Order: sequence, then C-alpha cells, then structure tokens
Amino acid sequence: MILSKDEAQTILKKVLSFSTADETEANLNGDTRGNVRYARNTVTTAGGTDNVSLAVQVWFGKRSGVATCNQFDDATLRRCVQRAEEIARLAPEDPEYMPRLGPQQYLTAPSYAASTAGITPDFRAQAAGDSIALCAAKQLTAAGFLEDGTSFEAIRNSKGLEAYQQATNLDFSVTVRTPDGTGSGYAVADYTDATKFDAKALTQRAATKASSSVGAKAIEPGKYTVILEPAALVSDEGLINRLVYAFDAREADEGRSFLSKKGGGTRKGEKLFDSRISISIDPTNALAPSGTFDNEGLPVKKLPIIEKGVAKNLYYSRYWAQKSKTEPTGFTGNFVMEGGTQSLEELIKSTQKGILVTRLWYIRDVDPQTLLVTGLTRDGTFYIENGKIKHPIKNMRFNESPVIMLNNVEAIGRAQRLGGNLVPPLKIRDFTFTSLSDAI
Amino acid sequence: MGLTGLAAGALLLPRIPLLGGTEVDAAELLRPFDAAVNKRLADAALNAAKAAGASYADVRIGRYLNQYLFTRERQVQNIVSTESQGIGVRVIVNGAWGFWATNQLTESAVAKAATTAAQIAKANAKIQKEPVKLAPQQGYGEVSWKTPIQKNALEVPVKEKVELLLAANAKALDAGASFINSALFQVNEQKYFASTDGSYIDQDVHRIWPTFGVTVVDKASGKFRSREALSSPMGLGYEYLVPKAADKVKGPAGTDVIGYKQSYDLLEDAALAARQAKAKLTAKSVVPGKYDLVLDPAHLGLTIHESVGHPLELDRVLGYEANFAGTSFATLEWKKQGKPYGSKLVNIVADKLQPGSVGAVGYDDEGVKTREWDLIKEGQLVDYQKIRDQAHIVGQDHSDGCCYSQSWQDVQFQRMPNVSLRPGKQKLSVDDMIKEVDKGIYIAGAGSYSIDQQRYNFQFGGQTFYAIEKGKITGQIEDVAYQSNTQEFWNSCAAICDESDYRLFGTFFDGKGQPSQSSAVAHGSSTTRFNGVNVINTARKV
Repeated sequence: MILSKDEAQTILKKVLSFSTADETEANLNGDTRGNVRYARNTVTTAGGTDNVSLAVQVWFGKRSGVATCNQFDDATLRRCVQRAEEIARLAPEDPEYMPRLGPQQYLTAPSYAASTAGITPDFRAQAAGDSIALCAAKQLTAAGFLEDGTSFEAIRNSKGLEAYQQATNLDFSVTVRTPDGTGSGYAVADYTDATKFDAKALTQRAATKASSSVGAKAIEPGKYTVILEPAALVSDEGLINRLVYAFDAREADEGRSFLSKKGGGTRKGEKLFDSRISISIDPTNALAPSGTFDNEGLPVKKLPIIEKGVAKNLYYSRYWAQKSKTEPTGFTGNFVMEGGTQSLEELIKSTQKGILVTRLWYIRDVDPQTLLVTGLTRDGTFYIENGKIKHPIKNMRFNESPVIMLNNVEAIGRAQRLGGNLVPPLKIRDFTFTSLSDAI
Repeated sequence: MGLTGLAAGALLLPRIPLLGGTEVDAAELLRPFDAAVNKRLADAALNAAKAAGASYADVRIGRYLNQYLFTRERQVQNIVSTESQGIGVRVIVNGAWGFWATNQLTESAVAKAATTAAQIAKANAKIQKEPVKLAPQQGYGEVSWKTPIQKNALEVPVKEKVELLLAANAKALDAGASFINSALFQVNEQKYFASTDGSYIDQDVHRIWPTFGVTVVDKASGKFRSREALSSPMGLGYEYLVPKAADKVKGPAGTDVIGYKQSYDLLEDAALAARQAKAKLTAKSVVPGKYDLVLDPAHLGLTIHESVGHPLELDRVLGYEANFAGTSFATLEWKKQGKPYGSKLVNIVADKLQPGSVGAVGYDDEGVKTREWDLIKEGQLVDYQKIRDQAHIVGQDHSDGCCYSQSWQDVQFQRMPNVSLRPGKQKLSVDDMIKEVDKGIYIAGAGSYSIDQQRYNFQFGGQTFYAIEKGKITGQIEDVAYQSNTQEFWNSCAAICDESDYRLFGTFFDGKGQPSQSSAVAHGSSTTRFNGVNVINTARKV
C-alpha cells in the first residue's frame, strides 16, 4: 500500500510518541506490486501484493534493539516499540554507537512515474500475450516475467529527521527457446516510466538470438577477446555489481579486501583500472534514478567511486567515517558507469576475433582476495570473426576478476539502463574461460 | 486477534526472566496464532473467491516471527525481532491461476484480496493455452502440525544468546582470528492453510541457524583467508546449540575437522575455524589436475543440492523456469533413455520428513501431506519432484507435497524438498575410505558454487582442503576448486561411508521463481568418494 508523505509521517509520529527510549528511529516501507509470469507460451502464475512494514530502532544510551511489524492498530504499534525497547535494555553497549542524524537535505530524483503506478492486470496480460504471440508465430517458445510496482520509504527519528521518497519500476525479461531446445536467446530491461516499455521489441530481440544460436560449435576454452553486453555485466549480481560493492572502506582498512594495501592501509587514490573506466553513485541520474537517502536517513549524493581508472572514493559508514576523520557515504547499491559512443554493432564490427556474450549466469565469488568470480555464458554466445558474427558457440564457464578485466579494456560502448544502473557494453581482451558446458 | 487467543496464550506461556531481573511478557510474542479467527478469515476469502467464479481457491494466513542476532569480535552489531502477518489468496478462475496478498486482516479486506486474485485470473485466462489441472486432494478437515522442538529459541533470553555468540567470537580471536562475524537466525512460521477441498491446516514451524565467518589477515603480506562455520540450518529448537558428544563426527586422521549431527558445538567450531584459516595463509597452493575427492557431508550437501536437487524439479524440467533458474538436462526424454545418472552406489531420496531437517513439515503450502519418495535408485533416475498442477503431466495422480511459499505475500510453487544421498550399505569409515586413495583431496564445508542453467557443468570450492597422498592426509592445501559435469561426477562415485557418518547439510537460501523466493532445504549424506575429478587452481594476482 502506498501512503502519502503526510500519512506516513502521521504513523511515524505516533510510533515515536510510544517510545520511552533515549533515541528512536522508525522506518516505514510499503509497496503495491503486480506481476505476470509465463512459460511454454502460456501464462503460469500471476499475482500481486500489497504491504506496509514498520521497523523501529531504539537506543538507551549505547544499547539498541530493532523490532518490526506490519499491522497498524495502536496495540500492535505499541507492542513493536516495546519489543525494540526490551531488546535494547538487554543488549550490551555498542562501542560503535552513533547518535541519530538531525534534519537533512535530500536531492530530488525522478524516481516516480504515474504511468507505472497505474498498471492493471489487463496491461500485464496484454504484454505477456504479445510476447507469447510473437514467439508462437515463429514456432519459438517464450518464458518471461513482468513485474511492476510502486513503493515508498519514509523515515522519522527523535532528532527531527524526516525523509520520504516514492518510486515506481517495471522489470521485464524474456527467454526465447527453439522447441527442440537447441537455441536460446534473452532480453531484459527495466524502467521507471512504463510508457517506455515495449514487450514486442524486447521479445523480438530474444527471438532473433534464439534462432541464431542454433547449431552452436564448441571452441577450446582459454583466453579470448569478449564483448560483454550490459546484461552480462550486471544481471544476476554481475561482475560490475560485485566490483562496486567491494569498495567498502572498513574492509579495506582491516586488510580483507582487494583494496587493502600490503603492509597496511588502502589503495584509495591508486590507478587500478584502465583510464577509460569511471563509475559513480548518482541518484538523480535521469535514466537511472535511485534512492536519495539510506536507511538511516543519510543523504545519498553524487560521488565518483572510480574516476579515470583511479580508486577515487570508498564507502564509509557513519562510524567508520568518524573513526577515519572523513565524511560518511550514503549508498543504496545503484551506480552509473560512464559509456562511450559506439553501439554494440560498432563494437562487433571493430573485432577481428572474439566472442559476443549475451548473459552471464550463476556468478559466485571464488576468492575475495582478488575478487575472482566464476559463472557461465548463457542464452546467446557467438563467435566473431572479421567484424561479423560468424557462428554460435557452446556456452563456457569463466573464472575472471573484474579488477583484471577492467585493466584489459579494448573499447567501451554506449551506456544503457539495466537493473537500475547505467552500464555500457565492454570489449575486453584476455577474458578467461576454463571449461565447456553442454547447457543451452 | 480474538480474546480467546490472548487469554489462552497468557495462561499457557511462562514469563521469562531476563537480564537484571527485568521481566518481559513473552505471551505477546509467543502467543500462537488463533485458529478460530483464522478459520473465519479463511472462510471469508474462500467464499468471496467462489462468488467471483473460482473453481478452486486456497488461503494462507501467515504470521512470521523471526529474531536475528549479529555480532562481530567482542561486540553486538544488531538484534532484530521481526513480525509479519498477512494473507495470500490463490484462485483458479476460467482455468487460470490468480493470486493476491494483503497485510490487512479484516474479513472485508481478505474478501477483496480474493476478488482481486479472481480478476487477475480472468485477465490471464484470455492468454492461457491449457486450463490448470490439479491432482485430486482430499480435505483433511481441521488438523495441525508442529516442529518437534525441545526448546523454542525465541523463548531463550537474548542475553544468553548474545553471550554464546560472544563466547564463540572470543574462542576464535584467542585462536588467532583477526575478525569474526557471528549470527544466530531463529525462524518461526505460523501458517494457517485452508482450501475449497475442505482442509484447515494449522502449522507451527521452527528453524534455527547459528553461523559465523572467521578471517585471518597477514598485513605484512597483504594476504587474508576465511573459514565459515560447519553448522547447518536445522528444523530444531535451541537444543541444537547444546552440544552432545554423540553428535560429533571426527574428520579423518591428520585433520582437525569435526562434523556435527543433531547438535552443534559453536565454541569448538569457532576455535577450529581460526586455526584452519590461519593455516590457509601458509598452505601449499594446489597443483591443478585430476584427483580423487573425498567430500564430507557439510560440503557434499551443496553439490547434491545443485546437481541432483535442482535438475529433478519438474517445473524446471518442463520449462517453467526457463527465464530464470533455467531448465534441466534430465528431461522426460532423457529419463526414458535410461542413461545412468550415477554409479550403482548412488541412491537419492526426497522427503519433507527427516527429523531435525529444515525441510520437515506436516503438510505443504497447498494442503498436501508430506512424504518420502525415491528420485534415483542404483544410479537410475526414477522420479521427479512435483506438485498438484504438475502431476498429470507425468501421468501421476498425486502431488509429492513439496509446494512452498516463503511468506504470506508470495505465491506458492514447486520447491525442492530435502534431497539426500542414502548412506553406503557396507560398513565404511572415513579413515578406511582415505586409506584406499592414492592421490586425492579431502574437502570439508561448502564454499564457492556455480552451475549452468541446465545443470551439466559445475564448479565448487570448499572451506578447508587437505591433500591425500598414498592413503594418508599430508596437510592443508589452498586455492582448490573442482569442475565437473553432473553425470560424469555422479558416475565417478566410488564409495560411500556408512550410516554412522550420515549428517544433514542445510540452507535457508535456496532461490527460485520470479519474483525470486527463498526456501529452506536440507541434504543428508555420508562422506563420499569421487574418482578422477578435475581440480583447478584459483589463485590470481591483482
């Protein structure tokens, strides 16, 4: 359920009034979401949910406790506060205690679109129906998922901090397969504004990949030049997400990060990547807007993480920032990676020999010391020769570190939105494949 | 909630003494769900669904109580107590599914949820190819089930739990750890299910998971290594944290590995983890090549999960997960060909019954009584995992009782039950198994894991690795991961230890579906040997 700023703050004020603690902070999150899922060219499950939940954190001195609930009668709210207080009284003192933030100024992000908030079950069924019909006409099989939602987040604390933000999103992905299972293609996109969504165009893209991936040939695993499409870089918690999340200052200071320096300290300020690599936090980006405050109400501001290949800034929690005599960093997980001017087609055209990767899958950490991760290609992997896609190839497992990968940059394409981030396709040399997979 | 429930709760449940003589009224938190109130709400939703044209409807009213404790080194980071309530209504109208969920628990709100679900079903029916067909299911009337716990972890004072975690942290730090993060997860799902088949099922499900990660840093060399807990999420109460000697299984001679059955020694494991993580810093880096692998149950459980549990989910086999989790090599056609999934030693069973397992419940989330059935017998695939709307596709007339939803607000669907490797029939200890290995690696604990979307090619790491040379453990090694193919791997299964070595591995985080849902699942096995598996070296320089 979506509560307005006033409705949300009215509940939060009441919650704060029930508290007997020294400090209290309450977060209210709510959403209304709907989805349709289809496979085998027919709809499978579809549904939606409507919920609001409250989290209350209280402090007695340096002792704190958290409780949550999702019912809003006075008795439940009182009980929730009371449970948080009970925990806080029993908790040991937190040596990393930080006082609550006072009132803050927040940026305004274009994170809400009425078109998305107004989506109906018929809109979803139509999109699924269009996607299925396109595939059925080509004797292909579609499996896809469309989810849309409106959400809000509100915070209030006993120091007078107030925050509120609404957001809408539409996520769509589709996998198209040939009926005999010898070809598979994928397309994925997400939007704040549903009017930009075109189920047919995305399905067409996946269908083309499915048809052209039939008859894949095996090539010897080893080091190859690859063109990684944005879906290969960020979906399924991909290579770039993992790199961006690894910029935690405390872990680096503690010696347990790829950003830790031999002998102590961090590698902040060092040039660790190709000069063309720049990644920043930018919640007001018009194409990929995101949260303007974190769950403590700390403002999220524009901040370069990697600038021209240099590890420019690390993330500091409020406690670690104080200890390190620096400013804390609000971070909600979204990032903007600077792109170039070339289209994906132009990247292919300029490639003598290489592999085009549509999607990477089941990506997991192997060694946090080097950020080495493993995973596999999926749903459209093609061999490129003399600037053209020559033939589909069998999927392969890779073992690669994004740190090494971003030192082997050949070219950077135009950035596009994916997973709430902006990310360009990348052409990388010496990308390491370690074995073949029979999966299609 | 009605007065009856409040009164009964207050009468039956004790007041729990806590730190400094403070008393907290536990009744509010521990008060069980009121079945009478739930039945009234459920009937309101079922009646509204029928009025909106539903040929079938089910209702799940959930109250989910969780408590999480997080610590690091000598301090508590966070203590969180969560409560979430709501109702999910699923209907079939015009042959199509519809689902809606709301946190508003009034008769009018749940009736509205039912009509919204029906509206969604009607919209979908227009693009539905074949109507949903459910396997017949008898109504059970009013029944209940409860995880047979000895001590509800939520009733144990927070202070006692914090002290236990901090004591474990101290053990690790004293044994050389630079850092330790430890946590205790306690889950209580109070679930009330009702359907138009005439079932009203009240279940009280408990799970617990103590865990930690220890890191040792050598600042001079810039190197760091970690080791995670060898505990398992369990369908047990706080008794899991009271270690019993009979539940400890010593690893092979030459290692200091200890495995755990139905109780866990957190303090002991934390100290061992620090020692093993420290040894990793100077351990020899593995030489890549073919090795015979000896895999302990806390490791093998994850390999079973990925390479047997997932490929045999019928929804994946049929293509329902093609867009996300993937499909399966083990198609209906592949099964007909009769190719061996594994060697003759491989017998894999599915169940939601094993005592102490995280998967154990009385009834699944579409009102089917849980059971045990064979998936692989002597290396041959004999069956899949299926729910009510899938059984007819494989010519069966019953569900396996493995439908699950992570909360009241997510739709239930086919989820993996416990999938376990039966122990060897011949008496065989780990030491006797290792005596026969000429060049091998013993791996304890689950580490890095990755498998393709049809479950052929996989790569697994571990927590600790020991070299085996000429029948003996010769020391810890590092940078180990093995890559194989599911069928090759299970066909290389050469020996399985006997029942005395059998243990459960578990996870809270089996992910599947869109929107993605987590499910808790366990995998039992005894230590097992696989011959000639490809091992790679994972060390890199950045």
